Amino acid sequence: MNKRTGWALPYFIFLVLFVVLPLLLIVVYALQDGSGHFTLANLGKFFTDRDSLSTFALSIEVAIENTVLCILIGYPAAYILADKNLNRSAVTVVLFILPMWINALMRTLATAELFTMAGVQLGKGTLLFGMCYDYLPFMIYPIYNQLNKMDKSYAEAAQDLGATPREVFRKVTLPLSMPGVWSGVMMVFMPTVSTFAISEFLTNNKIKLFGTIIQENINNSMWNYGAALSLVMLIIIAITTMLQKEEPDES
Amino acid sequence: MPKNPIIQIEHLSKSFGDKQVLSDINLYVRKGEFITLLGPSGCGKTTLLRMLGGFTAPDSGRILLEGKDISDVPPYRRPLNTVFQRYALFPHLDVYDNVAFGLKLQKVPEADIEKRVKKVLKLVSMSDYEDRDVNSLSGGQQQRVAIARALINQPRVLLLDEPLAALDLKMRKDMQIELKEMHRKLGITFIYVTHDQEEALTLSDTIVVMNEGKIQQIGTPIDIYNEPVNAFVADFIGDSNILNGKMFRDRRVAFIKHEFDCVDEGFGENVSVDVVVRPEDIYFTNDPAKCQFTAKVNSCTFKGVHYEMWVDTDTGYELMIQDYDPYPVGSEVMLYIDPDDIQVMKKERRFNAFPARVTGEGRVMFLDTEFECNTEGFAVDEAVTATVRFEKVDLLDHEEEADLTGNVVFILYKGDHYHLTVKTETGENIWVDTNDIWDKGDFVGIKILPADIKLVKAESGDE
Amino acid sequence: MKAKKVFARAYIWLLLVVLYAPIVFIAVFSFTEAKSLGNWTGFSMQLYRNLFGGAMQNSSALVSAVQNTLLIALAASVVATLLGTLAAIGIFNMKGKKRQTMTFLNNIPMINPDIITGVSLFLLFVFLHISQGYLTVILAHITFCTPYVVLNVLPKLSQMNPNVYEAALDLGATPAQALRKVLFPALRPGMISGFILSFTMSLDDFAVTFFTRGTIGLDTLSTYIYADARKGGLTPELKPLMTILFLLVLVVLLVINMRQSKNNEKE
Repeated sequence: MNKRTGWALPYFIFLVLFVVLPLLLIVVYALQDGSGHFTLANLGKFFTDRDSLSTFALSIEVAIENTVLCILIGYPAAYILADKNLNRSAVTVVLFILPMWINALMRTLATAELFTMAGVQLGKGTLLFGMCYDYLPFMIYPIYNQLNKMDKSYAEAAQDLGATPREVFRKVTLPLSMPGVWSGVMMVFMPTVSTFAISEFLTNNKIKLFGTIIQENINNSMWNYGAALSLVMLIIIAITTMLQKEEPDES
Repeated sequence: MPKNPIIQIEHLSKSFGDKQVLSDINLYVRKGEFITLLGPSGCGKTTLLRMLGGFTAPDSGRILLEGKDISDVPPYRRPLNTVFQRYALFPHLDVYDNVAFGLKLQKVPEADIEKRVKKVLKLVSMSDYEDRDVNSLSGGQQQRVAIARALINQPRVLLLDEPLAALDLKMRKDMQIELKEMHRKLGITFIYVTHDQEEALTLSDTIVVMNEGKIQQIGTPIDIYNEPVNAFVADFIGDSNILNGKMFRDRRVAFIKHEFDCVDEGFGENVSVDVVVRPEDIYFTNDPAKCQFTAKVNSCTFKGVHYEMWVDTDTGYELMIQDYDPYPVGSEVMLYIDPDDIQVMKKERRFNAFPARVTGEGRVMFLDTEFECNTEGFAVDEAVTATVRFEKVDLLDHEEEADLTGNVVFILYKGDHYHLTVKTETGENIWVDTNDIWDKGDFVGIKILPADIKLVKAESGDE
Repeated sequence: MKAKKVFARAYIWLLLVVLYAPIVFIAVFSFTEAKSLGNWTGFSMQLYRNLFGGAMQNSSALVSAVQNTLLIALAASVVATLLGTLAAIGIFNMKGKKRQTMTFLNNIPMINPDIITGVSLFLLFVFLHISQGYLTVILAHITFCTPYVVLNVLPKLSQMNPNVYEAALDLGATPAQALRKVLFPALRPGMISGFILSFTMSLDDFAVTFFTRGTIGLDTLSTYIYADARKGGLTPELKPLMTILFLLVLVVLLVINMRQSKNNEKE
């Protein structure tokens, strides 16, 4: 049946053309000046420009805070949803995913309006709240999946060996659910750093995140600098992906 | 060979990567017979069946169906049908549509299809199940549907790939009887693959015993059981005591340090042989005149129909005996064996012999490894044969100090020691005699001392 | 034990209330005429009438944005489903290095944030001098949808009895017939969920569309809303539109879910 491996060929070509080549182009454009000569000036500009650096630092900070917030709020929710004693209905799970079907920009606008109506100043607080609100389902779902497919006999075996419920959670359930947490982190962290429209709406353009300056540069035809900023993000993605790959092996 | 065999297999070989799964298979199948390919997992039996079905192409050799070469015919044009391992029913179709699948493809008129589906479902006793979802059926029922689906195309030959392996014991026994009955009624040729020797003995007209991609023996169940041609077949079919022996002359053999009369001839004089004695063929006696040797019972286990006892002979060998009457553990017993029940087999080999090359003064290369040994009388770069006696190969449970490593693939108990087959990383076999207990699959280090390697001229292979 | 249960319930419901507040907010204010959200000027169905009657400013722009969104989502997810299913079958039959490479490549678009996908494809189209519009947006959407189809079909392949395809050949089906009559039906659930996922992701996408739509004025719902909000005033008819879309999705999902749990009970 070796012949059937060929069925992946069209997709392979597609991936090379529309995934690999474009990523290489980011590297190429990042290392070129406007007339196509090799230069490190674009990267250099990023590392010396105070505005870019502080935006970058702020984005990472917001992303970390948002990720932690999503874990703190989402893990208990996923745990409750996956526990057959606490939740018997699959509909509850669907209810958590359902908002994702509504246009994210529209939901974000409504959230911002709600804040304004309640008299809350738009700023970093509302940004964090809105981000968490947008990305929470992406954290809950992978953790829920991981907990749900977990063999219940592990927990029972631990209890049988004398672990209290608290110890069962700490020594068995939590370590075994870590792959779910990690994929949640992947789905929350990088998108938060790179979001642009959402942060603009939630802060009334007061706070810029990294995604916004990439978008502004590309839109103002500063492709090389925009590509350099994208390259910085690509490198971070590569690092976090590698971290994630190593993590599950330890447990 | 019979006049018109339905299937002829000629010089069929196949390897996957560098693993040879079938080497030079030659076989014919008579029309209407029930033939079983029997062997342990990985022996090549399923690959052979898949080649008959057309799912795997041979590297070389050909398959003839009624005299015509079908090696290049795709599966959907072969008049053979297969009952697959774990049934492979189409999960999205009900029982009726599963069975009718082949006929619908042939565009048989709907009325005919219905008639034939009803008939074949009746044959497998599944008449009232037409509309059932196949996923809701029990294993045995799915099995029957799979057989019906294969039979409805009226194949010339039905191929069955371990069809009963997923069923429980009771169900398996019932289905064996039904399969045999079906075979008798239909008169179609059945080619059956199994690793269960009891199933093979029960069902088959002919058994083909396979191991490591080669046919070991072809024969009727009775032939195979009573006259195994080598230690592998003897060990694989039923329980047996397999022992080293020496043929003194025709009809006289020595083993367990006693001499016995036997019925085998033509081995020559003073030749090393393997001897097989089935456990039910060693008899207890109270008559000192009949007694050939004595032993002490060291264990006795009830097995349902008979008792299984292990005894230590007066000469220090351990034998298995099956008898309807138990003898208490610790008792001294007198034993004898009928000449008829001693099966003498030619030894496949008496020592390890590896093709080797002298690589320097006192150095020789074989099994992809360089060893030290005495190379006196041989020139550098000369091709030679390196011989090592079975008991001179040391097995270690670690890699350090070992010359090379391998896995234990086959274990034979010879009454006072184990005879192991160890496969090296490069896929070659080393045979080892040892008193240590190893398990099949164990990873071992292999060590051979320089003094135990004897070089002889290439090809001669004699000590 | 009981207190724990009550607490757990309360926690879940609190989260749901917060999660749904903005949606309910939109729905409530779709029944008033005021332009901006949060401004209640009495109950009215006017916005709904405008939406369906076409009596609104910019109505053609909004309608064409909705049409584009649906068209692009449909085209992208159909292609992604076919491409991804074939790819999954190919990948399933691969071993070792080849399989690792394909899995790795397939993971990239899922790991990449939208903006990277968007910018990189933008550079590609600039580099190749392809004028951007429908085609580039659809290609871009196929890029981020197909990996999810592959991921949904692969498990169906491993659940499948490996002999099923061969059984069809054995019974006289040509490879093409075996594919149509046996393989595709067995993979259908995976293909359907891959399709639904693709479709919804395409509907919801903003960033990738934003970078690949070019300058011909092609708008999807997302880019329309973004431009609208940047201009200051959100088209009021978006509120009833969103409300209706939400109710549609709600009904569809609940029906699917109930049917599923009914099936589960049967088994």
